[in-house]
Amino acid sequence: MIYETIIIGSGPAGLTASIYASRYKIRHLVLGGQLGGTMALIPQIENYPGFKSISGMELTQRMVEQAKELGGEIKVEEVVKISKKQDFFEIQTEKETYQTKTIILATGTQRRQLGVPGEKQYLGKGVSYCSTCDAAFFKDKTVAVVGGANAAVMAAVHLAGFAQKVYLIYRRKPLRAEPIWRERAENNPKIEIIYETNILRIFGKEKAEKEIRNPKLEIRNKSQIPNSPAERDPASRDKFQTEGVGGVKLDKEYKGGKILPVDGVFIEIGGVPTTELIRPLGVEIDDKGFVKVNVEMATNIPGIFAAGDITDAAGEFQQIVIAIAQGARAVLSVFKYLNG
Amino acid sequence: MQILNDQNFDQEVLNSEIPVLVDFFAQWCPPCQMQGPIVEELAKEMEGKIKVVKVDVDQAPQTSQKYNVMSIPTLILFKNGQVVKQMVGFRGKEDLKKEIGV
Repeated sequence: MIYETIIIGSGPAGLTASIYASRYKIRHLVLGGQLGGTMALIPQIENYPGFKSISGMELTQRMVEQAKELGGEIKVEEVVKISKKQDFFEIQTEKETYQTKTIILATGTQRRQLGVPGEKQYLGKGVSYCSTCDAAFFKDKTVAVVGGANAAVMAAVHLAGFAQKVYLIYRRKPLRAEPIWRERAENNPKIEIIYETNILRIFGKEKAEKEIRNPKLEIRNKSQIPNSPAERDPASRDKFQTEGVGGVKLDKEYKGGKILPVDGVFIEIGGVPTTELIRPLGVEIDDKGFVKVNVEMATNIPGIFAAGDITDAAGEFQQIVIAIAQGARAVLSVFKYLNG
Repeated sequence: MQILNDQNFDQEVLNSEIPVLVDFFAQWCPPCQMQGPIVEELAKEMEGKIKVVKVDVDQAPQTSQKYNVMSIPTLILFKNGQVVKQMVGFRGKEDLKKEIGV
Protein backbone atom coordinates (compact mmCIF):
# COMPACT_ATOMS: atom_id res chain seq x y z
CA MET A 1 0.00 0.00 0.00
CA ILE A 2 1.27 3.42 -0.80
CA TYR A 3 0.60 6.19 1.65
CA GLU A 4 -0.33 9.70 0.56
CA THR A 5 1.93 11.14 3.18
CA ILE A 6 4.28 9.85 5.82
CA ILE A 7 5.00 12.17 8.72
CA ILE A 8 8.41 11.58 10.21
CA GLY A 9 8.42 12.76 13.80
CA SER A 10 5.81 12.56 16.54
CA GLY A 11 6.34 15.84 18.34
CA PRO A 12 3.76 18.64 18.25
CA ALA A 13 4.41 19.37 14.56
CA GLY A 14 4.01 15.76 13.52
CA LEU A 15 1.00 15.10 15.73
CA THR A 16 -0.79 18.22 14.49
CA ALA A 17 0.00 17.22 10.92
CA SER A 18 -1.63 13.87 11.63
CA ILE A 19 -4.75 15.52 13.05
CA TYR A 20 -5.11 17.75 9.99
CA ALA A 21 -4.25 14.92 7.60
CA SER A 22 -7.04 12.80 9.05
CA ARG A 23 -9.49 15.64 8.62
CA TYR A 24 -8.35 16.17 5.04
CA LYS A 25 -8.83 12.43 4.50
CA ILE A 26 -5.20 11.99 3.58
CA ARG A 27 -4.05 8.40 4.03
CA HIS A 28 -1.06 8.76 6.28
CA LEU A 29 1.33 7.25 8.78
CA VAL A 30 3.34 8.86 11.57
CA LEU A 31 6.74 7.38 12.30
CA GLY A 32 8.24 8.68 15.48
CA GLY A 33 10.81 7.99 18.15
CA GLN A 34 9.78 9.45 21.44
CA LEU A 35 6.10 10.47 21.37
CA GLY A 36 5.78 14.20 21.92
CA GLY A 37 9.40 14.85 21.06
CA THR A 38 11.02 17.72 22.90
CA MET A 39 7.61 18.84 24.19
CA ALA A 40 7.19 15.66 26.22
CA LEU A 41 10.11 16.59 28.44
CA ILE A 42 8.88 20.01 29.54
CA PRO A 43 7.92 20.15 33.22
CA GLN A 44 5.44 22.97 32.95
CA ILE A 45 3.95 24.67 29.90
CA GLU A 46 2.18 27.91 30.65
CA ASN A 47 2.11 29.64 27.28
CA TYR A 48 0.04 27.19 25.26
CA PRO A 49 -3.26 28.98 24.62
CA GLY A 50 -6.19 27.30 26.30
CA PHE A 51 -4.10 25.70 29.03
CA LYS A 52 -3.05 27.80 32.01
CA SER A 53 -0.52 25.20 33.06
CA ILE A 54 0.06 21.73 31.71
CA SER A 55 2.96 19.27 31.75
CA GLY A 56 4.64 18.35 28.50
CA MET A 57 3.73 14.74 29.10
CA GLU A 58 0.04 15.53 29.53
CA LEU A 59 -0.13 17.77 26.49
CA THR A 60 1.57 15.01 24.51
CA GLN A 61 -0.99 12.47 25.70
CA ARG A 62 -3.84 14.76 24.67
CA MET A 63 -2.42 15.32 21.21
CA VAL A 64 -1.72 11.61 20.70
CA GLU A 65 -5.22 10.68 21.84
CA GLN A 66 -6.77 13.20 19.49
CA ALA A 67 -4.64 12.06 16.57
CA LYS A 68 -5.47 8.40 17.20
CA GLU A 69 -9.17 9.06 17.64
CA LEU A 70 -9.28 10.70 14.24
CA GLY A 71 -7.77 7.55 12.76
CA GLY A 72 -4.13 8.51 12.70
CA GLU A 73 -1.69 5.60 12.59
CA ILE A 74 1.30 6.29 14.82
CA LYS A 75 4.21 3.86 14.92
CA VAL A 76 7.25 4.08 17.17
CA GLU A 77 9.87 3.09 14.62
CA GLU A 78 13.18 4.68 13.82
CA VAL A 79 13.61 5.75 10.21
CA VAL A 80 16.99 4.62 8.93
CA LYS A 81 16.81 5.54 5.26
CA ILE A 82 14.76 7.68 2.90
CA SER A 83 15.11 7.26 -0.85
CA LYS A 84 13.47 8.82 -3.86
CA LYS A 85 12.07 6.41 -6.42
CA GLN A 86 10.45 7.31 -9.73
CA ASP A 87 6.97 8.26 -8.51
CA PHE A 88 7.23 7.87 -4.78
CA PHE A 89 9.50 7.93 -1.76
CA GLU A 90 10.64 4.85 0.08
CA ILE A 91 11.04 5.04 3.83
CA GLN A 92 12.95 2.31 5.59
CA THR A 93 12.69 1.82 9.30
CA GLU A 94 14.46 -0.70 11.52
CA LYS A 95 11.42 -2.91 11.00
CA GLU A 96 9.79 -2.31 7.61
CA THR A 97 9.84 -0.39 4.37
CA TYR A 98 7.03 1.99 3.46
CA GLN A 99 6.10 3.81 0.27
CA THR A 100 4.60 7.26 0.15
CA LYS A 101 3.78 10.00 -2.34
CA THR A 102 4.84 12.79 -0.01
CA ILE A 103 6.82 13.28 3.17
CA ILE A 104 6.46 15.72 6.03
CA LEU A 105 9.72 16.01 7.92
CA ALA A 106 9.02 16.87 11.54
CA THR A 107 12.02 15.39 13.27
CA GLY A 108 12.84 18.39 15.41
CA THR A 109 16.15 18.56 17.22
CA GLN A 110 18.40 16.52 19.49
CA ARG A 111 19.63 18.01 22.73
CA ARG A 112 22.83 19.95 22.14
CA GLN A 113 25.83 18.71 24.08
CA LEU A 114 28.36 20.88 25.86
CA GLY A 115 31.26 18.98 24.36
CA VAL A 116 33.39 18.88 27.49
CA PRO A 117 35.41 16.07 29.09
CA GLY A 118 33.34 13.98 31.44
CA GLU A 119 30.05 14.75 29.73
CA LYS A 120 29.69 11.40 27.97
CA GLN A 121 31.40 9.48 30.73
CA TYR A 122 28.94 10.61 33.37
CA LEU A 123 25.78 10.47 31.29
CA GLY A 124 23.17 8.93 33.54
CA LYS A 125 25.55 9.24 36.48
CA GLY A 126 24.81 12.86 37.14
CA VAL A 127 24.86 14.33 33.65
CA SER A 128 21.35 14.71 32.28
CA TYR A 129 19.46 16.50 29.53
CA CYS A 130 16.06 15.97 31.08
CA SER A 131 15.15 17.57 34.38
CA THR A 132 11.66 16.09 34.37
CA CYS A 133 13.16 12.63 34.13
CA ASP A 134 15.88 12.95 36.71
CA ALA A 135 15.13 15.72 39.21
CA ALA A 136 13.87 13.25 41.82
CA PHE A 137 17.29 11.58 42.05
CA PHE A 138 18.80 14.82 43.31
CA LYS A 139 16.64 15.35 46.35
CA ASP A 140 18.56 17.46 48.89
CA LYS A 141 21.62 17.45 46.64
CA THR A 142 23.42 20.18 44.72
CA VAL A 143 23.04 20.51 40.97
CA ALA A 144 24.20 22.76 38.17
CA VAL A 145 22.04 23.72 35.20
CA VAL A 146 23.76 25.01 32.09
CA GLY A 147 21.94 27.45 29.83
CA GLY A 148 20.04 30.71 29.89
CA ALA A 149 16.89 30.35 27.84
CA ASN A 150 13.49 28.98 28.87
CA ALA A 151 14.48 25.32 29.04
CA ALA A 152 17.42 25.99 31.36
CA VAL A 153 15.59 28.41 33.61
CA MET A 154 12.53 26.14 33.84
CA ALA A 155 14.82 23.23 34.66
CA ALA A 156 16.50 25.25 37.40
CA VAL A 157 13.16 26.16 38.97
CA HIS A 158 11.91 22.58 38.63
CA LEU A 159 15.07 21.20 40.21
CA ALA A 160 14.87 23.73 43.05
CA GLY A 161 11.79 21.81 44.14
CA PHE A 162 13.98 18.79 44.85
CA ALA A 163 17.61 19.90 45.31
CA GLN A 164 18.96 21.86 48.23
CA LYS A 165 20.92 24.11 45.86
CA VAL A 166 20.86 24.89 42.16
CA TYR A 167 23.57 26.75 40.28
CA LEU A 168 22.33 28.16 37.00
CA ILE A 169 25.40 28.68 34.84
CA TYR A 170 25.03 30.83 31.73
CA ARG A 171 27.70 32.02 29.33
CA ARG A 172 26.06 35.43 28.88
CA LYS A 173 24.11 38.01 30.83
CA PRO A 174 21.20 38.48 31.37
CA LEU A 175 19.21 35.25 31.09
CA ARG A 176 17.30 35.22 27.84
CA ALA A 177 14.34 33.25 29.12
CA GLU A 178 10.84 34.75 29.22
CA PRO A 179 10.91 37.54 31.84
CA ILE A 180 8.32 35.65 33.88
CA TRP A 181 10.69 32.69 34.18
CA ARG A 182 13.73 34.90 34.76
CA GLU A 183 12.05 36.47 37.76
CA ARG A 184 11.18 33.10 39.23
CA ALA A 185 14.80 32.01 39.02
CA GLU A 186 16.11 35.28 40.38
CA ASN A 187 13.72 35.20 43.34
CA ASN A 188 14.22 31.54 44.22
CA PRO A 189 16.43 31.29 47.33
CA LYS A 190 17.80 27.90 46.27
CA ILE A 191 18.99 29.15 42.88
CA GLU A 192 22.31 30.91 42.45
CA ILE A 193 22.89 32.34 38.99
CA ILE A 194 26.46 32.36 37.71
CA TYR A 195 26.71 34.65 34.69
CA GLU A 196 29.24 34.85 31.88
CA THR A 197 30.77 31.54 32.84
CA ASN A 198 31.24 28.19 31.15
CA ILE A 199 31.91 24.67 32.34
CA LEU A 200 35.24 23.33 31.15
CA ARG A 201 35.09 19.86 32.62
CA ILE A 202 32.86 17.51 34.57
CA PHE A 203 34.49 15.44 37.35
CA GLY A 204 33.53 12.34 39.22
CA LYS A 205 33.30 12.36 43.00
CA GLU A 206 36.82 11.09 43.51
CA LYS A 207 38.55 13.72 41.39
CA ALA A 208 36.33 16.49 42.67
CA GLU A 209 37.24 15.62 46.25
CA LYS A 210 40.93 15.82 45.41
CA GLU A 211 40.59 19.03 43.46
CA ILE A 212 38.72 20.75 46.21
CA ARG A 213 40.96 19.56 49.02
CA ASN A 214 44.12 20.58 47.24
CA PRO A 215 43.67 22.19 43.85
CA LYS A 216 47.39 22.48 43.25
CA LEU A 217 48.01 18.75 43.68
CA GLU A 218 48.40 16.70 40.51
CA ILE A 219 45.61 14.16 40.12
CA ARG A 220 48.03 11.34 39.40
CA ASN A 221 49.63 11.58 42.86
CA LYS A 222 46.97 9.32 44.32
CA SER A 223 49.29 8.09 47.06
CA GLN A 224 49.28 11.48 48.68
CA ILE A 225 45.57 11.34 49.29
CA PRO A 226 44.85 7.98 50.88
CA ASN A 227 41.28 8.67 51.82
CA SER A 228 39.52 8.60 48.50
CA PRO A 229 36.65 6.10 48.38
CA ALA A 230 38.44 3.77 45.98
CA GLU A 231 41.53 3.59 48.13
CA ARG A 232 39.59 3.03 51.30
CA ASP A 233 37.81 0.10 49.76
CA PRO A 234 39.33 -1.13 46.49
CA ALA A 235 36.69 -3.82 46.25
CA SER A 236 34.07 -1.14 45.76
CA ARG A 237 35.51 -0.38 42.36
CA ASP A 238 32.90 -1.88 40.13
CA LYS A 239 33.47 -3.17 36.66
CA PHE A 240 31.20 -0.38 35.48
CA GLN A 241 31.37 3.32 36.08
CA THR A 242 29.34 3.62 39.25
CA GLU A 243 30.90 6.79 40.57
CA GLY A 244 28.67 9.80 40.09
CA VAL A 245 29.38 13.42 39.27
CA GLY A 246 31.28 15.26 41.99
CA GLY A 247 31.93 18.66 40.51
CA VAL A 248 32.63 20.89 37.55
CA LYS A 249 35.50 23.12 36.58
CA LEU A 250 34.52 26.62 35.57
CA ASP A 251 36.40 28.94 33.24
CA LYS A 252 36.13 31.75 35.76
CA GLU A 253 36.52 31.92 39.48
CA TYR A 254 33.29 31.88 41.42
CA LYS A 255 33.42 32.71 45.11
CA GLY A 256 37.13 32.05 45.37
CA GLY A 257 37.50 28.94 43.24
CA LYS A 258 37.03 27.44 39.82
CA ILE A 259 35.82 24.07 41.09
CA LEU A 260 32.13 23.89 41.90
CA PRO A 261 31.12 20.79 43.84
CA VAL A 262 27.86 19.45 42.40
CA ASP A 263 26.11 16.08 42.32
CA GLY A 264 24.49 16.61 38.94
CA VAL A 265 24.77 18.66 35.77
CA PHE A 266 21.69 19.36 33.71
CA ILE A 267 22.51 20.60 30.24
CA GLU A 268 19.85 22.73 28.57
CA ILE A 269 21.57 24.64 25.80
CA GLY A 270 19.17 24.13 22.95
CA GLY A 271 18.76 21.68 20.14
CA VAL A 272 20.58 20.66 17.00
CA PRO A 273 18.81 19.37 13.90
CA THR A 274 19.73 15.90 12.67
CA THR A 275 20.11 15.83 8.93
CA GLU A 276 21.85 12.58 7.97
CA LEU A 277 18.62 11.10 6.64
CA ILE A 278 17.78 13.98 4.33
CA ARG A 279 21.18 14.96 3.02
CA PRO A 280 21.22 12.16 0.42
CA LEU A 281 17.90 13.48 -0.91
CA GLY A 282 19.33 16.88 -1.62
CA VAL A 283 17.02 18.72 0.75
CA GLU A 284 18.40 22.21 1.22
CA ILE A 285 19.50 23.10 4.70
CA ASP A 286 20.88 26.34 6.07
CA ASP A 287 24.35 26.74 7.55
CA LYS A 288 23.15 25.56 10.96
CA GLY A 289 21.53 22.44 9.55
CA PHE A 290 17.91 23.56 9.62
CA VAL A 291 15.72 22.60 6.68
CA LYS A 292 14.85 25.52 4.41
CA VAL A 293 11.13 25.90 3.80
CA ASN A 294 8.96 28.54 2.15
CA VAL A 295 5.79 29.95 3.69
CA GLU A 296 3.94 26.86 2.52
CA MET A 297 6.35 24.57 4.38
CA ALA A 298 7.67 23.21 1.10
CA THR A 299 11.33 22.28 0.76
CA ASN A 300 13.26 22.47 -2.49
CA ILE A 301 12.33 18.86 -3.28
CA PRO A 302 8.81 18.41 -4.73
CA GLY A 303 6.77 16.25 -2.41
CA ILE A 304 8.92 16.85 0.64
CA PHE A 305 7.59 19.27 3.21
CA ALA A 306 8.83 20.11 6.68
CA ALA A 307 7.41 21.49 9.92
CA GLY A 308 8.54 22.30 13.43
CA ASP A 309 11.96 22.80 15.01
CA ILE A 310 13.70 21.09 12.08
CA THR A 311 12.83 24.05 9.83
CA ASP A 312 14.48 27.43 9.49
CA ALA A 313 11.08 29.10 9.56
CA ALA A 314 10.76 29.62 13.30
CA GLY A 315 13.11 32.57 13.17
CA GLU A 316 15.05 31.42 16.21
CA PHE A 317 11.80 31.25 18.16
CA GLN A 318 11.11 27.56 18.49
CA GLN A 319 7.82 27.14 20.25
CA ILE A 320 5.11 24.51 20.41
CA VAL A 321 2.58 26.96 18.97
CA ILE A 322 4.83 27.60 15.98
CA ALA A 323 5.42 23.89 15.41
CA ILE A 324 1.71 23.10 15.42
CA ALA A 325 0.96 25.92 13.00
CA GLN A 326 3.63 24.64 10.65
CA GLY A 327 2.36 21.07 10.96
CA ALA A 328 -1.09 22.18 9.88
CA ARG A 329 0.22 24.35 7.05
CA ALA A 330 2.35 21.49 5.73
CA VAL A 331 -0.74 19.31 5.46
CA LEU A 332 -2.56 21.90 3.38
CA SER A 333 0.42 21.91 1.07
CA VAL A 334 0.37 18.11 0.87
CA PHE A 335 -3.35 18.24 0.06
CA LYS A 336 -2.79 20.74 -2.75
CA TYR A 337 0.17 18.76 -4.06
CA LEU A 338 -1.84 15.52 -4.17
CA ASN A 339 -4.77 17.20 -5.86
CA GLY A 340 -2.67 19.41 -8.10
CA MET B 1 4.45 -7.24 32.92
CA GLN B 2 5.94 -7.71 36.34
CA ILE B 3 6.67 -4.49 38.20
CA LEU B 4 9.15 -5.17 40.98
CA ASN B 5 9.96 -3.40 44.22
CA ASP B 6 12.68 -3.58 46.87
CA GLN B 7 11.09 -6.68 48.41
CA ASN B 8 11.01 -8.99 45.43
CA PHE B 9 13.84 -7.68 43.24
CA ASP B 10 16.55 -10.04 44.43
CA GLN B 11 14.39 -13.12 44.11
CA GLU B 12 13.06 -12.26 40.66
CA VAL B 13 16.21 -10.82 39.14
CA LEU B 14 19.35 -11.96 40.94
CA ASN B 15 18.09 -15.52 41.39
CA SER B 16 16.81 -15.94 37.85
CA GLU B 17 18.28 -18.73 35.78
CA ILE B 18 17.84 -16.89 32.51
CA PRO B 19 19.10 -13.35 31.86
CA VAL B 20 16.87 -10.52 33.05
CA LEU B 21 16.37 -7.14 31.42
CA VAL B 22 15.23 -4.60 34.00
CA ASP B 23 13.51 -1.37 32.97
CA PHE B 24 13.88 1.24 35.73
CA PHE B 25 11.11 3.80 35.30
CA ALA B 26 8.85 6.28 37.04
CA GLN B 27 5.29 7.42 36.40
CA TRP B 28 6.31 11.03 36.04
CA CYS B 29 9.05 10.47 33.50
CA PRO B 30 7.96 10.97 29.86
CA PRO B 31 10.63 8.91 28.08
CA CYS B 32 9.93 6.09 30.55
CA GLN B 33 6.32 6.04 29.44
CA MET B 34 7.53 5.68 25.85
CA GLN B 35 9.98 2.96 26.84
CA GLY B 36 7.26 0.87 28.48
CA PRO B 37 5.45 -0.43 25.37
CA ILE B 38 8.75 -1.19 23.65
CA VAL B 39 9.96 -3.20 26.60
CA GLU B 40 6.64 -5.03 26.70
CA GLU B 41 6.92 -5.97 23.03
CA LEU B 42 10.43 -7.21 23.64
CA ALA B 43 9.21 -9.31 26.57
CA LYS B 44 6.81 -11.17 24.28
CA GLU B 45 9.44 -11.76 21.64
CA MET B 46 12.08 -12.92 24.14
CA GLU B 47 9.82 -15.13 26.23
CA GLY B 48 11.76 -18.09 27.53
CA LYS B 49 15.12 -16.65 26.51
CA ILE B 50 15.23 -13.43 28.48
CA LYS B 51 13.00 -12.35 31.34
CA VAL B 52 11.87 -8.74 31.12
CA VAL B 53 10.68 -6.84 34.20
CA LYS B 54 10.08 -3.27 35.26
CA VAL B 55 11.12 -1.50 38.44
CA ASP B 56 9.25 1.59 39.62
CA VAL B 57 12.03 3.66 41.20
CA ASP B 58 9.53 5.21 43.61
CA GLN B 59 8.67 1.71 44.91
CA ALA B 60 12.27 0.53 44.88
CA PRO B 61 14.53 3.28 46.16
CA GLN B 62 17.07 0.92 47.70
CA THR B 63 17.44 -1.16 44.57
CA SER B 64 17.77 1.99 42.48
CA GLN B 65 20.47 3.30 44.75
CA LYS B 66 22.29 -0.04 44.84
CA TYR B 67 22.66 0.00 41.07
CA ASN B 68 23.39 3.71 40.95
CA VAL B 69 20.34 4.57 38.91
CA MET B 70 20.42 8.36 38.70
CA SER B 71 18.72 8.86 35.41
CA ILE B 72 15.67 7.24 33.91
CA PRO B 73 14.83 5.32 31.90
CA THR B 74 17.74 3.04 32.72
CA LEU B 75 17.79 -0.52 31.43
CA ILE B 76 20.06 -3.05 33.06
CA LEU B 77 20.76 -6.56 31.78
CA PHE B 78 21.50 -9.09 34.52
CA LYS B 79 23.07 -12.52 34.05
CA ASN B 80 23.47 -14.82 37.04
CA GLY B 81 22.86 -11.97 39.40
CA GLN B 82 25.52 -9.75 37.84
CA VAL B 83 25.14 -6.52 35.87
CA VAL B 84 26.39 -7.17 32.34
CA LYS B 85 25.06 -4.09 30.61
CA GLN B 86 23.66 -0.76 31.73
CA MET B 87 21.88 1.53 29.28
CA VAL B 88 20.70 5.03 30.08
CA GLY B 89 18.01 6.82 28.11
CA PHE B 90 15.18 5.84 25.81
CA ARG B 91 16.04 3.01 23.39
CA GLY B 92 14.15 1.78 20.37
CA LYS B 93 13.41 -1.92 20.08
CA GLU B 94 16.00 -2.78 17.45
CA ASP B 95 18.64 -0.80 19.34
CA LEU B 96 17.82 -2.72 22.52
CA LYS B 97 17.99 -6.04 20.73
CA LYS B 98 21.42 -5.17 19.41
CA GLU B 99 22.65 -4.12 22.84
CA ILE B 100 21.47 -7.26 24.60
CA GLY B 101 22.84 -9.37 21.77
CA VAL B 102 19.87 -11.22 20.35
